Amino acid sequence: MNLSLLILLPLLTALAILISKGLKQIRIVGLVGSFAQLGLAILLLKQYMDERATGNTSTHLFEMNYTWFKALHINYHIGIDGISLAMILLTSVIVVAGILVSWTMDKLSKEYFFLLVLLSMGAYGFFISLDLFTMFFFLEVAVIPKFLLIGIWGSGKKDNSAMKLALMLMGGSALVFVGLLGIYYNTHTFDIVEISRIGISAGVQQFFFPFAFIGFGIFAALFPFHTWVPDGHASAPTAASMFLAGISMKLGGYGCLRIAALMPEAAHSYSWIIILLATIAIIYGAFATMMQTDLKYINAYSSISHCGFVILGIGMLNKTSINGAVIQMVSHGLMTALFFAAIGMIYSRTHTRMVAQLGGLLKAMPFISTVFVIAGLCSLGLPGFSGFVAEMTVFMGSWANPNGYYRLATVLSAASIVVTAVYILRATGKSIMGPISNEHALLTDANWNEKLAAGLLITGILIIGIAPFLINQLIMPSTDVLMIQIEKAITLK
Amino acid sequence: MMLNNIFLLLRQELILCFLIFLLLFIKLGKERSNESLLNLINVLLFINLAAGLYGMGEGGLFSGMFSTNPLIVLEKNILNLAIWIISMQSYAWLKEHKQVAEFYLLLFTSLLGMFFMISSGNLLMFYLGLEMSTIPLAAAANFDLTKRKSSEAAMKLILSSAFSSGILLMGISFLYGTSGTLSFDILTAHLSNNPLQIFAFILLVSGFAFKISAVPFHLWTADVYEGSPVAVTSFLSVISKAAVLFTFTSILYKVFNPIASTWYAILVVLSIATILIGNLFALRQDNFKRFLAFSSIAQVGFILIGISGSSLQGSASLVYFILIYVFSNLAAFGVVSVVSALTGKENISDFKGFYKTNPFLSWVITIALFSLAGVPPTAGFFGKLFLLMAGAAKGNYGLITFAALNMVISFYYYLRVVKAIFMDENDQPISKLSIPKISKLAMYICLAGIIITGLASCIYDYIYSFSIGL
Repeated sequence: MNLSLLILLPLLTALAILISKGLKQIRIVGLVGSFAQLGLAILLLKQYMDERATGNTSTHLFEMNYTWFKALHINYHIGIDGISLAMILLTSVIVVAGILVSWTMDKLSKEYFFLLVLLSMGAYGFFISLDLFTMFFFLEVAVIPKFLLIGIWGSGKKDNSAMKLALMLMGGSALVFVGLLGIYYNTHTFDIVEISRIGISAGVQQFFFPFAFIGFGIFAALFPFHTWVPDGHASAPTAASMFLAGISMKLGGYGCLRIAALMPEAAHSYSWIIILLATIAIIYGAFATMMQTDLKYINAYSSISHCGFVILGIGMLNKTSINGAVIQMVSHGLMTALFFAAIGMIYSRTHTRMVAQLGGLLKAMPFISTVFVIAGLCSLGLPGFSGFVAEMTVFMGSWANPNGYYRLATVLSAASIVVTAVYILRATGKSIMGPISNEHALLTDANWNEKLAAGLLITGILIIGIAPFLINQLIMPSTDVLMIQIEKAITLK
Repeated sequence: MMLNNIFLLLRQELILCFLIFLLLFIKLGKERSNESLLNLINVLLFINLAAGLYGMGEGGLFSGMFSTNPLIVLEKNILNLAIWIISMQSYAWLKEHKQVAEFYLLLFTSLLGMFFMISSGNLLMFYLGLEMSTIPLAAAANFDLTKRKSSEAAMKLILSSAFSSGILLMGISFLYGTSGTLSFDILTAHLSNNPLQIFAFILLVSGFAFKISAVPFHLWTADVYEGSPVAVTSFLSVISKAAVLFTFTSILYKVFNPIASTWYAILVVLSIATILIGNLFALRQDNFKRFLAFSSIAQVGFILIGISGSSLQGSASLVYFILIYVFSNLAAFGVVSVVSALTGKENISDFKGFYKTNPFLSWVITIALFSLAGVPPTAGFFGKLFLLMAGAAKGNYGLITFAALNMVISFYYYLRVVKAIFMDENDQPISKLSIPKISKLAMYICLAGIIITGLASCIYDYIYSFSIGL
């Protein structure tokens, strides 16, 4: 399959949105476009699995390589492995859900849907790129839509949050760019495949790894650069929150993983710092969540904690833990998107997100409440949901490292789950159970579009939760390849 | 043969001379309405641009005083493009103006001076071209005839240019004294790191730095930009800067390559100061023209980094960036120009709630600002990153990191404008404006340029194929 379709389709959808008129037309176009993306992603999965089944073991499938800027050795080189395919699937599901929950967005609807689709285009482009410059290009394409989405359609102190988010993410990309330049002038190419074949010299790795890793880390809420996360998520409109947590933060995690694979020696020697920061993020995020009273802030801070697991998994640098990190990215994407969708549904009806002002919602809106509880349970890692699979894999991987320091980090991170249970159960309990206030008693339950969005996300969560071997089958071969590279470099050292 | 050569190599200058005389005759003839005159001039400028694109000569004339090559032809074409766009954008302002023909006479003369400056093969020729380009501009800056600020701007421009020319001349005379020649080809052989020559070189660079408003020689910029009519401001910030930068780069690369390590150090210091000061002052401006003045100072800092790379990539990324800068800066100035001509408002705070009333203009200026900030998929992203890439070839990663982080600061002030346009509430936003068709055409050209110049890599490769390195 031609992977450029993944960029072309959103682009065409965005253009079609520009020429359509009125909310009704625009949202239909958006929905059709996003379902086409989902269909394309599933078709891609099928073709990918078929190809693998026939014994094709090359690292990347569906590769294509065109010269872009010849004089600068910049290529438009695309291709996917299992990890990027998992991310593409995640993105397509979230895009559909995001469009569905924005069904009644009547303020500047054309611009709104246009920006959502543009953001998804950036994400697809990022995940299929095998050239660092192209990858960087798409990474930045996705920043501006976020700024506008939060600033124009957001709530609360939206100006502030939008600016903070945009500046921090741009700061992250500035660091990434310096890192990429360092790589470029060492290897004279931006091509990921080429670079991993040539290898980057050890000194250059030591110097430029921090730039690139922290740069991508800012996108993935790496402590202490996580401060854009709570405000950004809380101020954003529902679909934008879903995109931010579900797609945008994954760009960072995915980038970190790729950088670690490209500079394995540096990743190995810096791993203790990465693990330290990840552990702090996990614990700090969990405790900070306990103090929150606003549902969106609760979810945003818990995202910091959950994304910490991704970084932790990458920092541990072994097969199981990296597998866990990838699964955690997918799982967290689905789960947070679901959470934000449920919060958005509650907010649009009750006009409050404060836990203290809610209560007994189960009586008035059983469907939304159930969705909310499912998202909560997935977040605290109940077996049967994706959260459990992901976190367990990360812990198993990180425990495998016999070093005491790594073990301690594992224990502390695992202990944070208890805190997660406290805040999740408290928030859901207070808002769903108990007596319902009179004004909330008459509210209606979810509409078809909201049900469909939640259903899609829950399906994803359940598939990973109940049949984890499916996703393992997809990503394991690719993480194996990455690990062989990494281990070779470390043992050589 | 000789005559043929002159027509081929001096083509662009001759056409411009012809336009100048044509305008004089038109002015002498019977009164014409402003509209018809403006339409005629815009068509002529388009022909001027198109004629420049045809054929590339290489060679020298007048015993090396004047030299040209494909890169120089391309640079002149970029300037021709820019003046065409500026002319179309100033339609609304000039329509009401009494001295249209004189205004164009001044601009064309200045442009002609720039052409000679870019093509100069001799310090004397270079200096003549530079003066010929500066003095008419000071008169043009005074063209808001009823505004005191405009005269003030003209006065400041002429005084500071005179000062910088003085410094430049002193540098040139020291160079002449130590080497005994003014010709570029011979001068190179006589250059060494002797202190007097370095001193002369520093004077020369200061003169250049004045013209491109690099810090600490930038003090005239903001006042002049603010006071002058928007058309002149855009001319100053795009064309005049571009011409001096082209000349500066070719002189550095071709003439001063024996002392490359000296000018590398000077460029690093200049670029750090320029980026930082430009950015910090741009943060708090409310007047749009002042804001763009400081943002353009910061842009020059980035350009200097690209030049410091001193490779094929360095000069290619400079020309490429200037081309993009023409589109993006002129798109921004175009909107400011239309708004200022129709409402008299020039402050960023006046643009609050602009999107509700003027969505098209809002998108134009937003995309232009994104391009200036360096956000993909606009061309500014490629332009800026290629400059930094060229600079990084020297391995000075402290400088590159500094510049990259400063892009974030610049991002803040560009986004502040976007925020005012899209997000801020305003009880009395600027009412719906009817834009002259011809200005709208100019905006479409700029937008197309902003999108295509970046994504279509062939443009960069085309420029690269002509570039010169050390």
